[in-house]
Amino acid sequence: MSVPDALSPALRAEALEQLLVERGLVDPAGLDQLITTYESDIGPLNGAKVVARAWTDPDYKRRLLANGTAAIAEMGFAGPQSEHIVVVENTASVHNVVVCTLCSCYPWPVLGLPPTWYKDPAYRARVVKEPRTVLAEMGLCLDDNVRIIVRDSSSEVRWLVLPERPAGTEHLSEAELTGLVTRDAMVGVAKVSAVTAPR
Amino acid sequence: MDSIADMGGTDGWGPVPVPRKDEPVFAERWHARVYVLTRFIRGEISGRNLDAFRHSLERLDRDTYLNNGYYGRWLAGSELMLTDSAILAPGAVDARARNLRGDDVAEPPVPEPNKPDYPETDSSWRRELDRPPAFSVGQRVRAKDLSPEGHTRLPRYARGHTGVVELIQPASVFPDTNAHFLGENPQHVYTVLFESRELWGTDAEPFSVTIEMYEPYLEAAA
Repeated sequence: MSVPDALSPALRAEALEQLLVERGLVDPAGLDQLITTYESDIGPLNGAKVVARAWTDPDYKRRLLANGTAAIAEMGFAGPQSEHIVVVENTASVHNVVVCTLCSCYPWPVLGLPPTWYKDPAYRARVVKEPRTVLAEMGLCLDDNVRIIVRDSSSEVRWLVLPERPAGTEHLSEAELTGLVTRDAMVGVAKVSAVTAPR
Repeated sequence: MDSIADMGGTDGWGPVPVPRKDEPVFAERWHARVYVLTRFIRGEISGRNLDAFRHSLERLDRDTYLNNGYYGRWLAGSELMLTDSAILAPGAVDARARNLRGDDVAEPPVPEPNKPDYPETDSSWRRELDRPPAFSVGQRVRAKDLSPEGHTRLPRYARGHTGVVELIQPASVFPDTNAHFLGENPQHVYTVLFESRELWGTDAEPFSVTIEMYEPYLEAAA
């Protein structure tokens, strides 16, 4: 691909779109609308609301762990890449972390589109072989007695991590808790901190 | 098929990028255009077949797969799906891109599409099966040592290894046939838990990995 006059992907994308639009196969307005949806409406805030509710409503948490898809749909979140979501709980002794080694499968309706690190070959290749090392590189050092379970999303099943509720947050409301929950914690490469962080 | 896309356990990639809290959804505008174009191409224009799209990704050569990142491979995979189904002629995107940058090249004529006539029985991948699952929760199973020529979702790092069924998932369209428009061929799906030392040897970090396995990938183990 390093030929001197290689065409940039941006140019190739423009060419592809033009070819499909002029044959009436796609509608540019439909494309714009879908971009706006993923830039504005679908993102990790959805998953954060699910987590905060599970932390404050024990009955909801039970439903979420028993049938993630249905409990998430209760909150109004459904769509492609989430027809069957399994929610697993991280605790002081068990730590789940999610990957897709074969592509980059990810639960879009609750987390939005995957971040760069999730799609990177280094993460996809290494987290199934040396997760403790990878998590430490990413800033999460787990005690030796914590059991790590890596969830490789090789089918259409999607995994969502219910992070551990941090100590010192007992007085916070569901809305305040929502503000603490990060995307990285819901994939399992971070813990939730009691201090507000940008999502 | 064995391919660059099957990355689990491969070496030489260096450190994982540090997560950025303020990462935009789309770092460049062409990423956004490719994301939505691909959704339409794989979902409507070239048959409703996500498995066929994944198969187009696994047929990319190493440089095409890696050089322009996630959306670069989506773009190349989309082009491949469209030329496979003769919605675009080979070289059509190339020629148009050259003309867009000011060259003056002839564009190939629009071909006769051979888009597979493949009615889906349901818009979801989930299917009801009359037959019961062959394996049960808690049972020891071995991932077969298969290396099929076509599409598969059986990662190389699991092949030949033994694990335990943790969960039985909803039955699903079978990617290995569906990707080739050869039938939905629905199968039971299992979450199988493997111990790290079974996969990577005695020096491995202690941990477990679960992988979703379609029933034809598995056999009973002692």
